[in-house]
This record gives sequence, C-alpha cells and structure tokens, in this order.
Amino acid sequence: MKAYFDAFKKYHYLLEDLVAKDFKLKYRRSVLGFLWSILNPLLMMLVITAVFSNMFKSDIEYFPVYYLCGYLIFNFVIEATNGALTSIVQSGYLIKKVYIPKYIFPLEKTSFALVNILFSLVAVFFVIFITGMPLKPTILLLPIPFAYTFVFSTGLGLILASLNTFFRDTGHLYSVWTTAWMYLTPLFYPMSAVSEEIQSFIHCNPLYYYVTYVRSLVMDGTVPDLNTNLICLAFSIAFFIIGLITFKKNQDRFILYI
Amino acid sequence: MAYAVEVNNVSMHFNMNKDKIDNLKEYCIKLFKRQLFFEDFTALQDISFKIEAGDTFGIIGLNGSGKSTLLKVISGILKPTTGSVKVNGTIAPLIELGAGFDPDLTARENIFLNGSVLGFSREFMREKFDEIIEFSELQDFVDVPIKNFSSGMVARIGFSVATIVKPDILICDEILAVGDYKFQEKCEQRIKDLMSGGTTVILVSHSIQQVERICNHILWLEHGKMKALGGKELIPQYQPDFEG
Repeated sequence: MKAYFDAFKKYHYLLEDLVAKDFKLKYRRSVLGFLWSILNPLLMMLVITAVFSNMFKSDIEYFPVYYLCGYLIFNFVIEATNGALTSIVQSGYLIKKVYIPKYIFPLEKTSFALVNILFSLVAVFFVIFITGMPLKPTILLLPIPFAYTFVFSTGLGLILASLNTFFRDTGHLYSVWTTAWMYLTPLFYPMSAVSEEIQSFIHCNPLYYYVTYVRSLVMDGTVPDLNTNLICLAFSIAFFIIGLITFKKNQDRFILYI
Repeated sequence: MAYAVEVNNVSMHFNMNKDKIDNLKEYCIKLFKRQLFFEDFTALQDISFKIEAGDTFGIIGLNGSGKSTLLKVISGILKPTTGSVKVNGTIAPLIELGAGFDPDLTARENIFLNGSVLGFSREFMREKFDEIIEFSELQDFVDVPIKNFSSGMVARIGFSVATIVKPDILICDEILAVGDYKFQEKCEQRIKDLMSGGTTVILVSHSIQQVERICNHILWLEHGKMKALGGKELIPQYQPDFEG
C-alpha cells in the first residue's frame, strides 16, 4: 500500500503536467482561450432556454439556473469518461516506451474535466446574477457533489478505459449510451413531468442524485439529507472499486493491444 | 557482489492471433471458430543472467532476436509471461529518445513534461533546465514547438533529459545512432562519465565497434534464446569478418 502512495507521489508531477498540457492544447490558437470553458455552457444554456421557453412550455422557476446545474454535472461526467475511455489507447506511445503507472492516464482525463467544471462554475454565478435568483449560502457546499461525481467518473472511466483497450467498439457503444443517458437524466425537464414507471427507472441513475444534489444546494438552499448522501456515496464508491479492480486486473495486458 | 539486475528464467510469449483482434465482432467470430488462442509467438525463451553493479552489459543479435523485448522486460514496461526480473536501483530507460514528447508543445514545455514522465520533480527540473539546454546545444530553439525540430534535435533533448540524473542503471536501445558524429561522441562521453560514477549500463547496438569499445559483458541473443553469454571474445564469433 505504501509503495502505491510513494509511486503516486513520484508521478503526481506527471499528472499535473499532463493536465496543463491538455489545457494548453485545448485552447491553443483560439482567440478567447480558456474563456471558452465559461462561454460554452453559457451559450448552451441560451440555446436550451430559448427552445424550452418558446417551443415547449416549461414552468420551472429560474429555468436557466435549473438547466445549467444539470448541464454542469452531466457534461463533467461525459467529458471525464470520454477522455478516460481513449486515454490508454492514445497514450500507447508512452506506455510502450517508459514505465508509468497506467492509472495516471484515465485519472488525468477526469482531473482535466474537474478543472474545466471549476471554470464553468463562473457561468453559473453569472446566470444566477442575471436571473436575479437569490444567492444561497449552501452554494459553498458544492465541492461535496463535485467530489462524489469525480470519484464516480474516475471509477467509470477506469472501467471504460480497460474495455476500450481490448474492444474498440466500446467508444461507439458509449456514445450511443451518453445520448440515452442525457434524456434519462432530468436536465431540462422536472421529475414530475415523466410517468411513474420512468421515474422509478431514473431513480437507478446515479447522475439523477448528483444533479439533484447540486440543484438543492444552488436553488433551494437546502442540504440533502443523510439518505441522499449515502446513495451518492454508495454509487461513487461502488463504481470506483469496480473500476480499480477491472483496471488492475487487466493493466499488464494493455500493452499487447495498443 | 551486489547485482544490479537479475533475470531469472524469463520467457515472453505473444499471442499473435489474439493481438490483432480489437473489436467485438472479430472476437466472437474467432471464439466461434476456436481460433482464438493459437499461434503463440515466443519472443524470449528461458533467459537467465545477472548483471553486476557497475558493469557495462551489451546485448547483440540480429533484428527480431528479442533484444528490445528484453530491455522492455527489464525496465518494467512489459511483464514477462513466466520468470522474474529483479532490479536494484533506479532505471533511466532510453528505449526511445523523446518518448512522450508532444509535437505541439515547445522544447521548454516538453523538457518539463519529459522530466515528469521519467518521475523527476519539478523543482529538480527547474534546477537542471539550463544544464539540459546547454548539453543539447539548442539554446536558440527553447520556445519553438518540437514539431519544427529535426529528429536529431529531438533526440538531443531526449538524451539530455534522460541522463541529467545519475541513474543506477542506464538502458540504451540503439539511441546513439542518431545525431551527428560530434553529438554521438558527446553522448558516449556522457555515458562513460556515468559509468565511471558507478552506473550500470545495458546497451543494445548494431554498431559492433561501439559494443566492443564500451561493453565488458556481452549477451548474444538468437531467435529469443540465449546463444552465448561472455566477454568480448564473443564478437569475432558473432561477426567473423569483424576486425576490431
């Protein structure tokens, strides 16, 4: 166990450098640079709000904030897992030439997504300000759902990275799943808008809990009860452990497939 | 006497057929046809040797004889199918110079990235940065993206970063074949300096002159098997018309 921590200590600079590299490369040669991390969710929110306040009537109060809270979490999970999914295959050039603990690569992608979500948070404050919604002090507790989501995404990312190394179909399949997942998560509709059967289905979706958590902190000003916290924690830890086991069991064979 | 590297009965098998399958459809078809687990390829077979600390160990053999695979097993990149490898000390792997360089990043950024790939801390890299640049003689190109570099220039930086610390074990795979003769001489000098400081060197090279010049122990691989293990007396057998 101690050996693992020592190795992580040695390679945490690599983790930071890779995140910095991704960040630099993502915005290199764009005029607005990292401002896009803030602008992107804002513009997305404008589109969705325009659609839902004109085409479909939505009676959610402060809809832009409602949507943005969901979008933030959902986008974080998708960005983190999509990055992790291809991380091993894409880092083949490194894995084949130097010994590096391989979990660094999926972990780097989820960390990169975490950095991005922190920038996007500025967009949320901006929209709260514009819509005139009263700012709740519970917003300071946002790191809690972020931590849950980060651990969950890392676990899922480890599973996907392992699978995708052996079967490149995983990526194609996952992109279909993310579309389904978007509709199965109450991002732009309230839970009350769907039938009870679908509701019970949505209750199996971990993202539902994370999204609801963020909304109750930002919009309702309430801290979710112990029960909700336990559910969130259970999903995160379960995925994280399954991810670790899957990854550890297969990592020595990755090199043969990249 | 302490051993720097102990290789015990190492074999490395690759499953040729299986390696090519990377999608589900093919996997199912092959599984159905029962072709999945055939065509075993033995890259290394029952290799055992010990390298004493401070030795300079050369590995010779034709292309495809398993030299690079062996180096990868020693440096921990590949896990051997059977057998074990014991390494005492830190390894600087020069399997390929500039592994992990990103073409879009500048030389400066890549030096730091490469340093962290090799597990060096950032403070250490900052301290040594000037020395690295000086050794690579690329002062004028520090802030140019690597993609505009020639392969020789990339190799210079890679070599400079990898040898900036005094590793216990230095693994070189054909890396001295790059760069002009002057830089090659400089690299050889750096390796000799490391050696006199007690570093164990494992060298793979097709340049018999170089092996003759540097190494005191030689392993001769043929088709993944140990053909011979000994000193410089192996060289005339390996290349009968060589006049060293």
